[in-house]
Amino acid sequence: MNPPLAALLGQPLSVVTAGVDLFPEALRAQGAAVETVEWRPPAFGDPDDISALAADPRRAAANRAATERILAAGAELINVRPAADALGLPSDLFLHAGPPIEFAAASGPLRGALIGAALFEGFAVDPDEAVALLESGRIRLEPCHHHRAVGPMAGVTTASMWVSELQDPVNGGRAYCSLNEGLGKVLRYGAYSPEVIDRLRWMSQVLGPVLARALDRSGPIDIKSILAQMLQMGDEGHNRNRAGSLMFLRDLAPAIAESGASSAQVVEVLRFIGGNEHFFLNYGMPAAKVAMDAARDIPGSSVVVAMARNGTEFGIQVSGTGDAWFTGPALTPDGLFLGGYGPDDANPDIGDSAIMETLGVGGFSMAAAPAIVRFVGGSVPDALATTRRMYGITVAENPAYAIPVLEFRGAPTGIDVLNVARTGILPQINTGMAGREAGVGQVGAGLVKPPQECFEKALSALAAQAIRQ
Amino acid sequence: MTSGHDYVDLRQGQYYDSVTLMQASRTVASTPGVRAALIAMATPLNVELAQDMGFVVPPAVPAELLIAVRAEDETGIEAAIAALTAALTIRSASRGAGGDVELRPATTGAALADSEATLALISVPGPYAATEAFDAIAAGRSVMIFSDGVTVEDEVALKRAGGRAGVLVMGPDCGTAIVGGIALGFANVVRRGPVGIVAASGTGAQQVSSLLETAGVGVSHLLGLGGRDLSAPVGGLAAELALTALDADPGTDLIILVSKPPDPKVAQRVQDLTSRFSTPVQFALLGPGQPDLTQAAESGLRAIGADVPLWPVIGRAQPARQPTRLHGYFAGGTLAAETLMLIQELAPISTNLGPEALPAARALAGGSHVVVDFGDDELTSGRAHPMIDPTMRLDQIARVSAAENGNLVLLLDVVLGYGAEPDPAQALVPALQSAVTRFAERDNHVDVVVSLCGTEADPQGWTGQAEALAAAGALVFASNAQAARHALALARGTTSSAGAS
Repeated sequence: MNPPLAALLGQPLSVVTAGVDLFPEALRAQGAAVETVEWRPPAFGDPDDISALAADPRRAAANRAATERILAAGAELINVRPAADALGLPSDLFLHAGPPIEFAAASGPLRGALIGAALFEGFAVDPDEAVALLESGRIRLEPCHHHRAVGPMAGVTTASMWVSELQDPVNGGRAYCSLNEGLGKVLRYGAYSPEVIDRLRWMSQVLGPVLARALDRSGPIDIKSILAQMLQMGDEGHNRNRAGSLMFLRDLAPAIAESGASSAQVVEVLRFIGGNEHFFLNYGMPAAKVAMDAARDIPGSSVVVAMARNGTEFGIQVSGTGDAWFTGPALTPDGLFLGGYGPDDANPDIGDSAIMETLGVGGFSMAAAPAIVRFVGGSVPDALATTRRMYGITVAENPAYAIPVLEFRGAPTGIDVLNVARTGILPQINTGMAGREAGVGQVGAGLVKPPQECFEKALSALAAQAIRQ
Repeated sequence: MTSGHDYVDLRQGQYYDSVTLMQASRTVASTPGVRAALIAMATPLNVELAQDMGFVVPPAVPAELLIAVRAEDETGIEAAIAALTAALTIRSASRGAGGDVELRPATTGAALADSEATLALISVPGPYAATEAFDAIAAGRSVMIFSDGVTVEDEVALKRAGGRAGVLVMGPDCGTAIVGGIALGFANVVRRGPVGIVAASGTGAQQVSSLLETAGVGVSHLLGLGGRDLSAPVGGLAAELALTALDADPGTDLIILVSKPPDPKVAQRVQDLTSRFSTPVQFALLGPGQPDLTQAAESGLRAIGADVPLWPVIGRAQPARQPTRLHGYFAGGTLAAETLMLIQELAPISTNLGPEALPAARALAGGSHVVVDFGDDELTSGRAHPMIDPTMRLDQIARVSAAENGNLVLLLDVVLGYGAEPDPAQALVPALQSAVTRFAERDNHVDVVVSLCGTEADPQGWTGQAEALAAAGALVFASNAQAARHALALARGTTSSAGAS
């Protein structure tokens, strides 16, 4: 007899029940071990789509393959260079966060960032000229995600900006991300005032080249290892990157000092990195991106490989459905506001940084970061509950990203579209909030979820191509 | 008609299983001042039920709780809401005691991921059952699907996937199993012993296991398959796996396969498979020329060298009279099918079973001889099975007693065991007494014959139930086949040897 049947007939009966209550009661009365499912009808989706997907004989193995690749993926920072070289980015192609969008549909922060990028690239002398250029259609817009790249908030990345290049030595992938500008008035939040453009110039002229030379001396930096350690130090890798940024600085500081740059530049660079608690986010994001890209294009897999927002729409991509985006209107985060800003000042959700949650850190690992739960308007029990809830929609746990307070349980990894539909639990994302008006910058931070619509559309697309046994 | 006050509400974020809600509906409907009530999840079917009752229901989704109440006045509505709140609160309180409700697993897959369980028992509504069952198969566990309303295509897909994973898929629509001495769903309390039962029939398996227990012989395992397993489309996929497992089980010396009438080719294939077994296999495949369930149990007893007892009969002898009409009202589908087979010589018989099946309402209305399965999907849609809720059958007994139509042989089955009503005789006795009185008032006669399927060890206790029914005038048989033959003899006006003092 095969092992499952031998266990069924040979061991004391132990049962999981889903459905009417009288069965577990009757089983307990007979002394059998019983665990009950808190079952509810699927929150959304056509029941036929759900059962078609559940019946697809490829799904379990495909999802296993997807998560094995995600868990195995490494992430090493190997290079920093201009996007024109690293991505082969032509000067008239601007990358942005989220699913595809036209300039006319762009919200304030994306609009502001695109204006700033046009000014930075020298295509316009003032904002009006930049708007005219962008409206003319002579600048093409494409998602970062279409170029193996990710960008926080507006995510605008252009040819002259320096990007970091990460390599996954296991699966062989590469991923790219711009350098972090710090907080306050910055391009990624849609600010384009002269101080913003000046800082971008300094980043291309000083920061990027110094980092590149330092990296030559130090050799590749293991970003996955820093991400793993920071989760033990109160960071969740999306809204809190304090420990990660300091570890990065510790690893690279000697090489920066030895990079051959003038001592004035060395001080500028060290001060800039040391003064920016989110510097590491722009390494964490491509580390997540390279892992999630390894899980793409597995037929039958219902694992989400990208969640991204362009400030107007939220989009997701799924392993089994190739490059298709499943979109819905981006929601506005719920959280706390800086200074005198309030909910009316906040733009709908924006940025590729939800790649962190797609990997299983960020909001999914909130339990690792009690220090920031109040910053996003929550409590410590909320954080624990959030992470526990995310295990209900994911198909794996990542032992590399262990959560101390949960007995070092691995981060919930591999969002399954089917589980999201069945449970109605939507992914929890920690995020910054951009001002609604172009040029304002950050107005707060909080929590946000994708619109259900993204998952409804992904579910029907997966069901349409499901095979029956 | 919608006279009175109507109250219709849709509540989000509240889910209760259908049994709980049917109980709540009953509680609310019986509240003073309330005329009608439907408390149910807002599935298309339930919304239609509410509309048929005359309620105006706004657009709803199945995840919402539909509350529809009609009362004499506003006070009645308030009383109904209070009764509903109380009914549902008791339940929440008893559940909440188990720990942190919010973080309990929401899918079968999530529950199994953290569990060593060897079996999943699925009783969620039909359209969602296959999804939960696939979770179990993916986790390498066997699954019993109690739910009905699963398509035959999904059943085949599930059973093929189960075969590849080496796990047993029992069901869909599998109501009865006993695994390692533990009863699942509707099953009788029987001792453990050498006989393994594989059953594509719930009440058929209950009859065979109860007779064995009555003869002092126990059951190793009773593996249900769902009634369609030996049909042509499903092809005996689960039967082959279950039979093979029992052949290899050291605790099983004899296997009895019980099935509703199977597809001949499938039956042949299964018989070819079992001919290679080291364990002997007895077949109880209902159909012409096949042994009935009692004969199959008796052959099984002889095969393992046990004595065949006289099957218990309790009640006053019912002497032969004029030939008369026979009405059989059944809760157990297989017991109904067996009866229909055994009384064929009375044909034509108006029935909702078999090749000449009529819709249940027409079967009940027409013909002098009637056999109706009250567990038919047509009758149970949106309400509890007659083994849990006797109302429909009691109503029919009242109707047939009120009609002036001469003498009657009334044949009923009563199924005991886990899952069944706690005291079926309690509800049936007044109905039978009233029937006897009504017939007598017209100088007619009703002979009540009961097939009582169960064991002494069942929560309801066979003898206590039998004596209560006998006191109300019924002649009670442990063997369904004997009950059917006795009823046949009464209907033909010939004598039957059955009956004790």
